[in-house]
Amino acid sequence: MLTFIAHRILIMIPTLLGISLLTFVIIQLPPGDYLTTYVAELQAQGEMADEKIAFLRETYGLDQPMWKQYLVWLAGLLQGDMGYSFEFNLPASEVIGDQLLLTFILSFATVLFTYVVSFPIGVYSATHQYSISDYGLTFLGFLGLATPNFLLALVLLYVANVTFGISIGGMMDPEYLDQPWSWGKLWSILAHLWVPVLVIGTSGTAGMIRRLRANLLDELQKQYVVTARAKGLSPFRVLVKYPLRMALNPFIADIGNLLPQVISGAAIVSVVLSLPTTGPMLLNALRTQDMYLAGSFLMCLALLTVIGVLVSDLALALLDPRIRLGGGVSR
Amino acid sequence: MNGDRAPEHYVSPEPFDVTSIEAMTPAQERYFLASQWTLMWWKLRRHRLAVISGVVLGVLYFSILVSEVLAPYNLHSRDVNHLFAPPQRLHLFHDGALIGPFVYGYDYRLNMDNLRREYTPSDEKIQRVRFFCLGDDYEFWGLVPGRFHVMCPADGGTLYLLGTDRLGRDVLSRMIEGARVSLTVGLVGITISFMLGIVFGGVSGYYGGWIDSLVQRIIEIIRSFPELPLWMALSAALPVNWNPILIYFGITIILGLLDWTGLARAVRSKLLALREEDFATAAMLLGARPARIIFRHLMPSFASHLIASATLSVPAMILGETALSFLGLGLRPPITSWGVLLNEAQNINVVALYPWLMLPVLPVIVTVLAFNFLGDGLRDAADPYR
Repeated sequence: MLTFIAHRILIMIPTLLGISLLTFVIIQLPPGDYLTTYVAELQAQGEMADEKIAFLRETYGLDQPMWKQYLVWLAGLLQGDMGYSFEFNLPASEVIGDQLLLTFILSFATVLFTYVVSFPIGVYSATHQYSISDYGLTFLGFLGLATPNFLLALVLLYVANVTFGISIGGMMDPEYLDQPWSWGKLWSILAHLWVPVLVIGTSGTAGMIRRLRANLLDELQKQYVVTARAKGLSPFRVLVKYPLRMALNPFIADIGNLLPQVISGAAIVSVVLSLPTTGPMLLNALRTQDMYLAGSFLMCLALLTVIGVLVSDLALALLDPRIRLGGGVSR
Repeated sequence: MNGDRAPEHYVSPEPFDVTSIEAMTPAQERYFLASQWTLMWWKLRRHRLAVISGVVLGVLYFSILVSEVLAPYNLHSRDVNHLFAPPQRLHLFHDGALIGPFVYGYDYRLNMDNLRREYTPSDEKIQRVRFFCLGDDYEFWGLVPGRFHVMCPADGGTLYLLGTDRLGRDVLSRMIEGARVSLTVGLVGITISFMLGIVFGGVSGYYGGWIDSLVQRIIEIIRSFPELPLWMALSAALPVNWNPILIYFGITIILGLLDWTGLARAVRSKLLALREEDFATAAMLLGARPARIIFRHLMPSFASHLIASATLSVPAMILGETALSFLGLGLRPPITSWGVLLNEAQNINVVALYPWLMLPVLPVIVTVLAFNFLGDGLRDAADPYR
């Protein structure tokens, strides 16, 4: 098990390097980036600026070749310095701190929601294959898959607004905004959380139900199930003892697909519901071409995914000796 | 087995027909001799939902050929007297008398209390809808000028079946024309991602070894990024001063560039299994080049699977374009797509007052559902022997 963990973590290093390279390319991509504009602006203002420009030049090695700039940026990244947000005049890491935490809470809650909802429905659909309720649930799942997240959020906002006359946007009650963390704030966040979780969760849940149903159906057709039934085991025991455990594997392995999807969904739903997560901030950073901030967001989101996949791989290895001993994950 | 030595046992000199003992009925013969694609088609036909979806998609894609003719109004024509007009209902009877399809014209009043425009259908203004008629000017595909429409408003009347937007443009007409962009984005994008997926997956699965590891690493890196934020970052990098057509292709390329990973994985795993087959070895021994082995001998075995998975990834692209345009990072006016139309419905206040601006989401949902069902049917049919 230890070798497996070590191997798995070593593999992460080149992946993370690749991610950072891609992020850096994206930072550099816009033709007239913020830094150039900013420096030009500072120069136009005259006297005070020289010092600052020199500081910027030094920090980002602006007169250095591209690969050196990348190395400078990467070295900073390793020390927790993500560059400088020009719009906020703050180090990027300070700007994104809270948002990242809220994104994490939101994603975690959504993944949890997806599991809790899709598990019973998936099992039910598989054991009642081709029944009316199976068709109904499958259709609902498809509908959830086909409706764009942001629109569902809009419709919910609309319905809540028209029928109950309340606003369900935001992540916490207004009085907790910009307040330090407290139990009251946490409670308020939890009370607001259900709307985005529901909205983001729909698409992931639909996919998960379908996969669980397909896997379980495959298992249920196997001979050992027939044998078990022939020997007189109760249907429930037959189901729970083996097929369900087998069908659970992809459930955990799938977090690698689910997590990027959830984070994507969170980004756009947050814009609609004006949640203070990374989504609106990223959008804003991209619009103003505050590229170091945008890059930091991308980097952190990717990091979140990589860690999530790592955790799911480890859980899978713990659960399934074939993976632990054979190495490699089969999806 | 020597020809000149007679066998010791009796052998009938009569010609022998193998089918004479177990004769096949014409139906059986047809089934057994059918090609793989014919079998697939038969199996697909039994999947009723997939067939319906296929027809729906066919109609939608046909509509983009003649959008201008189907739309009652020109895409850009503005009616300043009817800003934010609500949808007009189509009626058949007036006071119990059959008139044929008509709408009631609006009475317009500016409510001075809350400064809202109020439109009420008026019983006196009966405006019969004209069919196969001359109406708004347009340029067919931006080239040929024309005036012919399938449906037009009555002379001097209005026909806003789905209401108008903030500039007084007909929402229905814009939806019909938006289909042209929204539906093709997915196709162009999938073509790009299909080619990338086959090349990378093929190379990786056929050669194995370090090439395989490298490609797998690249795929893993791309998949670690949440799709939408990465799309957002890339499309924000498209120069603002590009013309709309370039932006359109830029967006489709971005969508395709990030989508090929799933397809590449499918191709790779299939190739890994297939390259061990005897016929692959035989081709190799006969001196066929890798490209020929991959495309001539291996690819046909799982082409059907590829088509099914490609069908299933089109909706992701359509939704991606819609989401990007909704956020204002994707396509921009004057290009009209469903996402661009939805961009107007971004604000909750707008949605609460003018809910019909949300209607362009309906075709999005229908298209995505249809692609999903069709893809499902194709996937089931791809393995006709099961």
